[in-house]
Amino acid sequence: MKIAFTTKGTEWDSMMDPRFGRTEFFLIYDEENDELKPHDNRSSSNDAHGAGPKTAQVLFGLDPKVLITGNGPGGNAASVLKKARIDIYVGAGDMTVKEAWEAYKEGKLKKF
Amino acid sequence: MKIAIASGKGGTGKTTLSVNLSAYLAEDEEIVLSDLDVEEPNSGLFINARMVHEEEKYKMVPEWKEDQCTLCGICQEVCNFHAVIQLGEMIMVFPELCHGCYACSELCPTDALPMIPKKMGMLKHLQNDKLSFIESRLDVGEEQAVPLIKQSQDYIDEHFTDDILRIYDSPPGTSCPVIEATKDADFVILVTEPTPFGLHDLKIAVETMKELKKPFGVVVNRHGIGNDGVLRYCEDKDIPVLAKIPNDRKIAELYSEGKLIYNEVPEVKQELDKIIAYLRTLKQGGVQ
Repeated sequence: MKIAFTTKGTEWDSMMDPRFGRTEFFLIYDEENDELKPHDNRSSSNDAHGAGPKTAQVLFGLDPKVLITGNGPGGNAASVLKKARIDIYVGAGDMTVKEAWEAYKEGKLKKF
Repeated sequence: MKIAIASGKGGTGKTTLSVNLSAYLAEDEEIVLSDLDVEEPNSGLFINARMVHEEEKYKMVPEWKEDQCTLCGICQEVCNFHAVIQLGEMIMVFPELCHGCYACSELCPTDALPMIPKKMGMLKHLQNDKLSFIESRLDVGEEQAVPLIKQSQDYIDEHFTDDILRIYDSPPGTSCPVIEATKDADFVILVTEPTPFGLHDLKIAVETMKELKKPFGVVVNRHGIGNDGVLRYCEDKDIPVLAKIPNDRKIAELYSEGKLIYNEVPEVKQELDKIIAYLRTLKQGGVQ
């Protein structure tokens, strides 16, 4: 299973980005081969409008089953993620990626 | 002649000036006052008038016809606002993000995105003797103020002759709604307060008006508080200061009761007279 994180960097020790639509990076963790791959989303800062649905579309292309983030997506992005059947867990905005992953595994994150 | 009353900073007194200037002018001549701050119109709180007409306002947004779509993706490529998104074999439309530009609809090779009307707000037309008041109000949840501002101005153009003075109470800031509310104006009055905040946002508003090539002047509201930064800036930049409305507790009290102030506070009437005199010179100077 692939899990996506909204992050400010590209390592396990990087901080999570609490934002969804304008997150700086996605980190995609593939459980099967224990691989962590970054996706640069910093171009979203150029979007005056509609960053949420646009980023949700990008995430759809990265094909994760689970998204771990901070504040949670806005309404438009959430409707895209729902159609994409991605489960969303929130409340990890102040953690490192590693901490967020552990909190998720221990069932400490809230389902959106 | 069209006069837009705008500001960089919010809460400087656009509405106070708009309603008092309009009501004062309407003692002698026909005036159209329009509240173009459609996201939070409040001029109406100060206007006692009877309803003449009310209508629902619509904007045009695309609707996806799945059976006609070939999933070519042109629609989402041409949308600058990500209001149309392709998700696998599905096209999602976000009407609140749509600016109604028709690009996706017109460029769709199979007509799979016809434009349909979506209600965005209400327009009200009220009348009190010589004062006509047009207020538009965006529905809760709607994000796009510009189409409603445009339609409000179109309504005024259709229902009033050009010789009647129009006063547009504009939204705050310097983003798209302000551009739409001021771009057809013959003259823009920028209301500011004499504080560092007021000056900071006034400078941005001045830059915006210069970019739009609009003639403009400044009205200082709550004159007496803050510092002389705004006045020095206007002097440096050769910007006419049309009036200085004093900072007076009585004005705040009347405002909080939803009352007009120019008949209660003589200094306000004097300052309005200065603005009116300036506007008359402009009109004689050839501004239509």
